Amino acid sequence: MSKKVAFLQGNEAAAHGALYAGCDFFGGYPITPSTEVAEVMSVELPKVGGKFIQMEDEIGAMAAILGASLAGAKVLTSTSGPGLSLKQELIGYGCIAEIPCVIYNVMRGGPSTGMPTGPSQSDVMCAKWGTHGDHPAICLTPASVQETYEEVIRAFNLSEKYRTPVMVMPDEIIAHMRERIVFPEKGELEVVPRKSPTVSPEQYKPYDTSFGDVPPLAAFGSGYKFHVTGLNKMQDGFPTTKAEIVQAEEERQVRKVDANVDDIVTFEEYMLDDADVVVVAYGSTSRSARYAVNVAREQGIKAGMFRIKTFWPFPDKQIKALAGRVKGIVIPEMNLGMCSLELERCAQGKVPVLGIFRVDGEPINPDQILEKIKEVK
Amino acid sequence: MAFDYDKWIRPGKLPHIWCPGCGHGIVMKGLIRAMETLNLKKEETAVVSGIGCASRLPGYIDCCTLHTAHGRAAAFATGVKMAKPEMNVILVGGDGDGTAIGGNHFIHACRRNIDMTYIIMNNYIYGMTGGQFSPCTPTGHKASTTPYGNPDPGFDIAKLAIGAGATFVARGTAFHANQIDKLIVEAIQHKGFSVVEILDDCPTTYGRRNKYKSVIEMMNRLKEVAVPVKAAEKMTAEQLQGKVLTGVLYKEEVKPEYTAEYAKVIERAKASK
Repeated sequence: MSKKVAFLQGNEAAAHGALYAGCDFFGGYPITPSTEVAEVMSVELPKVGGKFIQMEDEIGAMAAILGASLAGAKVLTSTSGPGLSLKQELIGYGCIAEIPCVIYNVMRGGPSTGMPTGPSQSDVMCAKWGTHGDHPAICLTPASVQETYEEVIRAFNLSEKYRTPVMVMPDEIIAHMRERIVFPEKGELEVVPRKSPTVSPEQYKPYDTSFGDVPPLAAFGSGYKFHVTGLNKMQDGFPTTKAEIVQAEEERQVRKVDANVDDIVTFEEYMLDDADVVVVAYGSTSRSARYAVNVAREQGIKAGMFRIKTFWPFPDKQIKALAGRVKGIVIPEMNLGMCSLELERCAQGKVPVLGIFRVDGEPINPDQILEKIKEVK
Repeated sequence: MAFDYDKWIRPGKLPHIWCPGCGHGIVMKGLIRAMETLNLKKEETAVVSGIGCASRLPGYIDCCTLHTAHGRAAAFATGVKMAKPEMNVILVGGDGDGTAIGGNHFIHACRRNIDMTYIIMNNYIYGMTGGQFSPCTPTGHKASTTPYGNPDPGFDIAKLAIGAGATFVARGTAFHANQIDKLIVEAIQHKGFSVVEILDDCPTTYGRRNKYKSVIEMMNRLKEVAVPVKAAEKMTAEQLQGKVLTGVLYKEEVKPEYTAEYAKVIERAKASK
């Protein structure tokens, strides 16, 4: 049997990926350039008995998905830059209360209203440092329509597996371009269910670490009653200011991601085996980078590409290894040097990190990258 | 036999954080009596709050409880109710939480007429942060941030709720303790978004700055200003000057309830497949 194919936009693919992952609740607020996700969800969710709600603002949308997730739903919201800024308050709530949810954020020009229809990659730091306090961060940066579909599914899986908010952040080019997509069959891709409690309601504690760093989460209305707060809490969910408990709980929340980097981090290596120059790229920029690497090879330059698929946690280990064996790193990105900072941190001064930074709403073209590749001596 | 409040209180969670003379405990007892009267199932009842003194209430109640972020109770609760429409969803919080930072979520929950009950404890002040003026602090009164008297006009929460589309709106006071549970019972039974404003007092951060010598004096003020809606019908505008109406202020049963409307959306969507 031939698989179903379609010609879709990244945003449409994201919505269909969410449905494949079993998303049954969407809370959103209209914002360019992400609105197509909400539109598709408003059509498709009720067909399968799911719920779509357009909330009064971005914060309300984030609150609604957290509430629905606590009631047992698999939840999604979509937004873009200014909306991501507004959602930060409750992304932090999701982190500390450990509520699975997926935030799909299309990167457009910023800060503030910026360029609502122009592409950008300037939200990547906001994904990790946007909300206050120490917290785990997972952020995926797809580079094609097919990958957007698949990464949204993976985001749901990671969110459930690690009981934490997960972001998927395509740039506006990926979100709005149309490509062929091949839909996987039901059961073909893994869908991770929520870890439900195995103990009785009387014994249940929402943050019971005797089950490991990721305690099972019961749903409101399923026979379990418990307390959830945004305050630092104990294993039973009630607030505490006891120093040793707060320290241990904060460390555990961050450790959920830090100790599982190898399970979470994904990347693509392209012509890296003998490379002297590595172009590190993510999102739509990696498409120009691939072209530039091909042209460089034709011209006898040993160039390769390391494509970041998981931006957070950052692929430290892989970049550190690369820095030990190449002559230079080139980083094209649609911001004024964000990934570049991470690369410099990982390169530890061993090799130069050459940036190509554009914030004018235009994509970075292969010629610019090729030129920079040639600067590496 | 004395009423058994302990049945609804989580073991080991008392004493509460509220100051002597605060009305929040009286409201909590009213809520507990209402839940008992209605024989609500604890596992099927979510009590949701924002931030502030009043918002600490859910921690004491033995139900599914959700202490959210400042002002966000109505939006979180909307998610809970949409995902599980069969649950009883009760919101609690203060006047600052509900009408300032949470004002947008509040009016839109009213507009949707989603079947939840919102108990707003209006003590005219931000108590937890030390007595800054709220959107409900009377004009001219003193707060830690209105040392020369409050220049702001205040909200009438009940009118706000009615104007925004809530279909059941009631008001009580902490003095009229025996009325509180009755208002809450009626609110929970109402199919739609119901608002119960309870006027109470913060002797610690509001009373002492505004020349109330004691909690008793503050309680007496509530007693004096409150006029039941029925009694008000026979009073002149002059007589009603400075008074506050109490009881069920507004009730209508025509406007559709939101989760029921969404159930119809699901039916239409399934039929369109």
